Amino acid sequence: MSDLTGLSLRELRDKVAGREVSAEEVTRAHLDRLDRVEPILDAFLHVLPERALERARRLDASLARGAAAPPLAGVPAAVKDVLVMEGIPTTCGSRILEGYRPPYTATAVARLEAAGAILLGKTNMDEFAMGSSTENSAFKPTRNPWDTERVPGGSSGGSAAAVAARVAPLALGSDTGGSIRQPAALCGVVGLKPTYGRVSRHGLVAFASSLDQVGPFTRTVEDAALASRALFGADPLDATGATVPVPDFTESLDGGLAGLRVGVPWDFLAEGLDDGVAERFRQALHALEAGGARLVSLALPHSRHAIATYYLVATAEASSNLARFDGVRHGLREDGSGDLRTMYGKTRDRGFGPEVKRRIILGTFALSSGYYDAYYLRAQRVRALVRRDFEQAFGSCDVVATPTTPTPAFRLGEKVDDPLQMYLADVFTVPASLAGIPGLSIPCGLVSGLPVGLQLLGRPFDEATLFRTGHAFQLATDHHLAAPPLP
Amino acid sequence: MTRVTPEAVEHVARLARLSLTPEERDTFARQLEQVLVYAGSLEALDTSGVEPMGHASASEPLRDDVPAQGLRRETVLEAAPDAADGLFRVPRVLGG
Repeated sequence: MSDLTGLSLRELRDKVAGREVSAEEVTRAHLDRLDRVEPILDAFLHVLPERALERARRLDASLARGAAAPPLAGVPAAVKDVLVMEGIPTTCGSRILEGYRPPYTATAVARLEAAGAILLGKTNMDEFAMGSSTENSAFKPTRNPWDTERVPGGSSGGSAAAVAARVAPLALGSDTGGSIRQPAALCGVVGLKPTYGRVSRHGLVAFASSLDQVGPFTRTVEDAALASRALFGADPLDATGATVPVPDFTESLDGGLAGLRVGVPWDFLAEGLDDGVAERFRQALHALEAGGARLVSLALPHSRHAIATYYLVATAEASSNLARFDGVRHGLREDGSGDLRTMYGKTRDRGFGPEVKRRIILGTFALSSGYYDAYYLRAQRVRALVRRDFEQAFGSCDVVATPTTPTPAFRLGEKVDDPLQMYLADVFTVPASLAGIPGLSIPCGLVSGLPVGLQLLGRPFDEATLFRTGHAFQLATDHHLAAPPLP
Repeated sequence: MTRVTPEAVEHVARLARLSLTPEERDTFARQLEQVLVYAGSLEALDTSGVEPMGHASASEPLRDDVPAQGLRRETVLEAAPDAADGLFRVPRVLGG
């Protein structure tokens, strides 16, 4: 690990902006790091060394001419393979998109590049973002940098592993039920799911449209705030995007914890929580208290129904969104000599993996005649109750704190044959997804050498309070400085 | 409680344009039943008078209907498995 790869996003940006080091040197150092750890981790599906170095040289030339340094100048970044980049393979971890080169670029990716970030490659993921371990990738599983016999979490496992392994200080992921926060916790990095509508989804391949959000992985909360400033904001190409103004998060970052009310839903946390995770969570709460925050007990009575609700709502939306993969407009076609309908069936059978098929079938079932009211509509009503609980909770607190996951990283293969157990890995992240509120996962220590995450949830569009709280936590603790045992 | 038979999975798979092997069909029937039994906990909740929540958007802004240049047809067709004469080409649509 060179000195450069150990630096944070802000440190690297300041060095490049101050011309202490060139963007090309920074890029080379991170590409070297990638070459070194990639054979161990399998975090990437596609690496872009030539393109990255080319862009870095171009940035250096522009800085040499005296141009102002953009806010993410020379910051190496990785992108989950669910976001399209023009002319660069995008698979979503699926055979059905093998060979597909999209004709346009996702807004989130374009904004990072416009802010001066240097994109190193596309990261591995559970197929179509469906999974909690990255084992559902059609191409390869990614390994946890802290223990390569364990999963990195998912579905954005490649992005989380890349940031943990110091391949990049920044990566993009997508979070539908926990796919940024859960792998961030399991890999010991910071992960933010912004408020629904905060980040443009133009160019994000859709899984469940009422839930999907793009967000950053970093190692510090300050870096997440800097990346969010570049990512957030309305986009004419996304009609579901929010027009709420984006503050300069760095201004409120040092606001401290005095008077902050932290709500803890103890009842919801009672079931299935690992003892070691519970201990780290309690220590994290003490650290917040020591900084001047006040703990408040609260109830989220419907959150225990969140997983059931989520798997009806998300699969129903997925069954509709994934109808577009039919062998006609892009990717794989399984021909045969049959008619159109036979081609659809064969293409989709060969192109989709088991988890995607399982969810398409569950979602189609929940939407089908005779079951729509009992499953889909009922789930949408319970979703409203989950959100109402949060609205009430935020009457008595400013942030809600939970562990991000009930256990540290599990072993590869441990849950692949038991879908329900895999779904329960997201038990603490799904409620905020249903409510559409922002969630931040921050490393809060190790259990038997494996990272554990503290999850902070905020009011809609109040990421600033999450950043302020998380930054204060990182100033008071050193969990985020721990590095995984890699060569 | 909802029973999920292999025939029900077969029916839903047909609706979703998926061709399943007999093994897939049987496995999915068993696993879907597990998930639906778990989801049965929702039945005990009183949801009367609760409006279904379709999404979490704060607003749904409308924009003016102004014509704009989209992607070029040739660019889009380049990604297709089969295209001819500026169109996507597909196998026979109606049985012959």
